Amino acid sequence: MSEATVALEVLRYRPETDEKPTFQAYTVPYRDDWVVLDALNHIKDNIDRTLSYRWSCHMAVCGSCGVMINGEPKLSCHAFLRDYYPGKLRVEPLTNFPIERDLVIVMDDFMEKLDSVKPYLIAKEDRPLSAGEHLQSPAQLEAFRPYTMCINCVLCYAACPQYGLGPDFVGPAALALAHRYNLDSRDAGRDERQEVAASNEGIWECTFVGACSQVCPKSVDPAAAIQQTKIASTADWYKALLPPWGKR
Amino acid sequence: MDAITADDVIVGAGGAGLRAAIAVCEADPNLSIALISKVYPMRSHTVAAEGGAAAVIKENDSLENHFNDTVAGGDWLCDQDAVELFISEAPNELIRMDHWGCPWSREPSGRVAVRPFGGMKVERTWFAADKTGFHMLHTLFQTSLKYPSIKRFDEFYTTDLMIEDGRCQGVTAVEIRSGQMRPFAAKAVIIATGGAGRVFPFTTNGAVCTGDGMTLAYRAGVPLKDMEFVQYHPTGLPRTGILITEGARGEGGIIVNKDGYRYLQDYGLGPPDPWPRKMAMELGPRDRLSQAFWHEQKNGKTISTPYGDVVQLDIRHLGEKKIDERLPLVRELARSYMSIDPVFEPIPVRPVVHYFMGGIHVDIDAATPVSGLFAAGECACVSINGANRLGSNSLTELLVFGGRAGRSATKYIHSGGKDVEVSVIEKQAEDAQKRIAELFQRTDGQETVSGLRKEMNDAMEAGAGIYRTEDSLNVACEMIGMLRERYASVQLEDKSNVFNTDLIQTLELGAMLDVAHALTHSALSRRESRGAHQRLDKTERDDEKYLKHTLAYHTGRGDPRIEYLDVVITKSQPGERVYGGEQT
Repeated sequence: MSEATVALEVLRYRPETDEKPTFQAYTVPYRDDWVVLDALNHIKDNIDRTLSYRWSCHMAVCGSCGVMINGEPKLSCHAFLRDYYPGKLRVEPLTNFPIERDLVIVMDDFMEKLDSVKPYLIAKEDRPLSAGEHLQSPAQLEAFRPYTMCINCVLCYAACPQYGLGPDFVGPAALALAHRYNLDSRDAGRDERQEVAASNEGIWECTFVGACSQVCPKSVDPAAAIQQTKIASTADWYKALLPPWGKR
Repeated sequence: MDAITADDVIVGAGGAGLRAAIAVCEADPNLSIALISKVYPMRSHTVAAEGGAAAVIKENDSLENHFNDTVAGGDWLCDQDAVELFISEAPNELIRMDHWGCPWSREPSGRVAVRPFGGMKVERTWFAADKTGFHMLHTLFQTSLKYPSIKRFDEFYTTDLMIEDGRCQGVTAVEIRSGQMRPFAAKAVIIATGGAGRVFPFTTNGAVCTGDGMTLAYRAGVPLKDMEFVQYHPTGLPRTGILITEGARGEGGIIVNKDGYRYLQDYGLGPPDPWPRKMAMELGPRDRLSQAFWHEQKNGKTISTPYGDVVQLDIRHLGEKKIDERLPLVRELARSYMSIDPVFEPIPVRPVVHYFMGGIHVDIDAATPVSGLFAAGECACVSINGANRLGSNSLTELLVFGGRAGRSATKYIHSGGKDVEVSVIEKQAEDAQKRIAELFQRTDGQETVSGLRKEMNDAMEAGAGIYRTEDSLNVACEMIGMLRERYASVQLEDKSNVFNTDLIQTLELGAMLDVAHALTHSALSRRESRGAHQRLDKTERDDEKYLKHTLAYHTGRGDPRIEYLDVVITKSQPGERVYGGEQT
């Protein structure tokens, strides 16, 4: 009896030699507990050492291994062969990003956007260590905790139609992270973050398709974060328009 | 070859490297920092730590308790001056993480919550659900973005340390994106590259944990200390080695064999009830739990599966609500990777290589014997972990000693000294590049990276696993020695420059073989059983001969030279490690 196998088409692009990307076919053993990353590692170790892709933790927390699988953005360590078998798998780099090599995308734009929203605690005042930890109730923690779960895998940028139209949009993960700090009871930096978040390239570019939230492997819901930021920013606008009553 | 210059180069951007970088900025914002990592910071393996970080914060606890738990847990191989310093700086480091936004889990009062971990007399583990390492890493990374003096070099693989005139003056690194070699000239260098679990076949460690920084220091003449002490975590998922946190047992989880029997009571950890109680049964130390598994397996009491023998970790009695609140990742991982829901079924687990107690020999200021070279985190050995690390001390360690490394490097830079000899660095970089070019030009190589890596993994598991003997270690030493020779004929299949992972994996394998070499020889020379180093032919601890740290020195192609260094004992004389009993 021949062993069950599964066919993969993997996008290859080596900028030094290839004019344009092409697909390469591989056949790997089928195991019902294998993820797509296991198949890629099998190729790398046994069939073709020239295939390049990013990965590390193999447990969906480091965020390295995002790829398109049959057109959908997925973590390759969290997409099981059994969900595609006996069909074929087409594995490509995440869309909306330049390809660096094979399945590896250029991350620069995302890293700059992450930086631009000031994703760190901006406290009202310096709190001495001797004052101990801030008091934060479980309810206050819960208010922002879901937005702390982002692993920066950028699947949401690959899914976002607005980001696909042009790279100006700050994008789902970065805006959700800004929102995370804005909601943190220890933080007082919302005004500083609004410069980017509420700019033309920020929340207002989002057309609320919600694809970001659908593909998020950590259930972060960036779409909700962006909508909530819009509502808060609109309230700011009214307050600014109607002084002094709005400031009460 | 033009050098990039910085005051301080930090290699590795996980928890320890980021903490070190921030510490330099805090100590002197005018110093320039080049933060080099082979991956983006948030991919570093700190991200996978789950259970929590230990520090004394509650009124029912004391520094003395933390000291005693750590020293006894380490089977008296910890340096006690280092442990004292560690536990005293620990609380402020974790409070600082709160000030930087770490989403610590809370009590109803709003204060941070703590949970018990194995080998702890009093619960003292701060946690952020069961994703503590993830939250700490992202908090540190995001906080680092505040500081303009930190310039990151993401996806640069460091190949060599530049030692000239007896001091470390920089590094060379391959820019993975372009394949170009870049020299970095610096007044001080901090290594913070994490562990080397990938030397073994079955590990919780991610693909990045290949001991690169340990080998950088080792080849540059710094000894690797206590490398024979490798921690097996008792509860990993079969096949993938994915970690199921000790927090699961801290919350009340139990471990049973194939008969449903809580076998740990037969290994000096009982009686089983009342449960949960600290320092007993499933909350014993990791070395003892992993060793108990080995004996159960030998006695035919484990359950066999296609991916090796397992026992069962049962948390069903905690109920869905508590599991979702305290252990959401455990549930997520078990459902995804084992297709079982721990709310309704026990989780199959087996011991898995998790942590290196050993590493680059440093003092309590994170300084190596080479002037200008510092190290912190898992890649370093201070030693606070001794022969067996206590769960949840490692996340705290990377803060305390990452911070110390940053401050020490700053002090070293301020203390003056000579200028960096940039031209010499550039010349050394050319030599480093020639070695890589030689790899590319080789056409008659017989060996592949994946082939050699598998042989190394198998040799380590067979010879240097949970239990070792003189014979098994002799075989492992010989095998690793042979593999090091065969490594000289590795053939690259990929000859391109851009993002060449065939090249990077080849360099990583070279690093791992040197780590494995130091490890097996250190283990062979330590003819006693202590903590995580257990020998079936020398079953007793031998304080007369081996209350000492092992130092392994690189000797080029030959076997490492082994020397010993006295353990620092300040107030706790070696005693018996007592667990179980009736204490509460």
